[in-house]
Amino acid sequence: MIKLLALRELRSLFVTPSTWFFLAALQFILAWFFLAMLEAFLDVQPQLAQLANPPGVTVSIAAPLFNTAALLLMMLVPMFTMRLIAEERRNQTFSLLLSSPIASRDIVLGKFAGLLIFLIMLTATVPLMLYTLALGSPLDHGLLAANWLGLLLLTGSYVALGLYISSLTVQPVIAAIGALALLAGLWLADMVATAPNSPWHAISPLHHFQNFNSGLINSADVIFFILFSTVFLLLTMRRIENNRRYG
Amino acid sequence: MRAHILGYIRSRSQLSTAAILSDQLPETTLSAHKLTRRFGKRVIVHEVSLELRRGEVLGLLGHNGAGKSTTMQMLTGCLLPESGEITICGIDLLRQPTLAKARIGYLPEIPPLYRELSVDDYLTFAARLRGMKQSDVATALAQTKQRCGLEAVSRKNIGTLSKGYQQRVGIAQAIIHAPDVIVLDEPTVGLDPAQIRDIRSLIRELGNHSSVILSTHLMGEVESICDRVQIMQEGKLIYGDTTAALASYGGEPGHLEDNFIRITETQP
Repeated sequence: MIKLLALRELRSLFVTPSTWFFLAALQFILAWFFLAMLEAFLDVQPQLAQLANPPGVTVSIAAPLFNTAALLLMMLVPMFTMRLIAEERRNQTFSLLLSSPIASRDIVLGKFAGLLIFLIMLTATVPLMLYTLALGSPLDHGLLAANWLGLLLLTGSYVALGLYISSLTVQPVIAAIGALALLAGLWLADMVATAPNSPWHAISPLHHFQNFNSGLINSADVIFFILFSTVFLLLTMRRIENNRRYG
Repeated sequence: MRAHILGYIRSRSQLSTAAILSDQLPETTLSAHKLTRRFGKRVIVHEVSLELRRGEVLGLLGHNGAGKSTTMQMLTGCLLPESGEITICGIDLLRQPTLAKARIGYLPEIPPLYRELSVDDYLTFAARLRGMKQSDVATALAQTKQRCGLEAVSRKNIGTLSKGYQQRVGIAQAIIHAPDVIVLDEPTVGLDPAQIRDIRSLIRELGNHSSVILSTHLMGEVESICDRVQIMQEGKLIYGDTTAALASYGGEPGHLEDNFIRITETQP
């Protein structure tokens, strides 16, 4: 059932014109940024060569590119998550799922998996773009893998939060703005918190991504992302049950 | 009196045919006991009890806001009742929702259509969602499209179809998995007279093998397809009998519409 719902989500995404527009816009921005970073690297390369231990091409280009992708996803994911439940409830299609022999858990996991698979495909172009550099230079595969893993976990947490906000309202626009406000709020709170042990660092997904971004896979960060996603998925399941209970 | 007896014989003969057809399944397909539902302090449905037998079409009548749609949402598991019990073919809907819901087909007031999908894709999804095996879907899909007159539009996107066709797709998703209980909330709204005639004969045909419960405002619909009627007012069931009995309410044969208004106006 989870697979069936995930495939339905994917199908609906791919037949919607706005999806292709978002895809194209994201690829354009990422490609632009990639080329700009590459150009900047080529400009400073002669000076870098004079350093004793110069930063390589992966650190100079891949890390900032992944960081930009993480920020862009923060703004993009709410545009997709808003549809998941809020739009279904507004269009009255949710009653099809509620009257079907399928548990709330499966509805939530199916929707989560469907959008996550789509976003994995979407972000797969980032490492693909970077691997074109392998034609002219050796790459740090470890750093790339850490960034890719971090980006996936980060995307998962964004989707889980967006899905929960989407379950709270019947207005997709409110769901999008709500999720964006929360994600941007967490990011900004993390940015302005100067104390190293500030609680804002602990709860900001983007803060936990920074270790991955510098090539460090810290189990605490991995656990944070899994917990963050799980909590919001559980809240969404609870919300759907409450919908049945309280209307 | 004559009409009453004829109606009774008609419903009994259908019941007995259906009983022969289904010797293993329980005869009562849907049973709801004292369903109550409140929204805030307002009681929307108050101690509604219903029973539906195989081979029977039950019409749920009532003015707007009488609680018909809320009752149907509870019968299909979309909304939990505050108190009361619902069993579908002997399975408790509240305790074993997955098992019970596989036997229900539901068309809400607004058909739950994914407008971006094609008719084929949508109906396949609906069938699989109700637990049909992949291998059985193709046959069921072809049969349902034929029954609902959807063959010509099977590859079209639902969003591009006319209201009448969308309504038919809505009915098709409710019957594709051959459910024992079919719940239809105003199934002929927005259709033209020819489509209404087709859909009515389809519902009558469905009623021969399954149980159908439908809500409607159209008395012609009740007269042509319902074996029994239940009238709801302000969340309560105020009348329940065969269609023929409603037609001869008060001792004299008359229009269903007049009798319906008499019943709803005389009740407190």
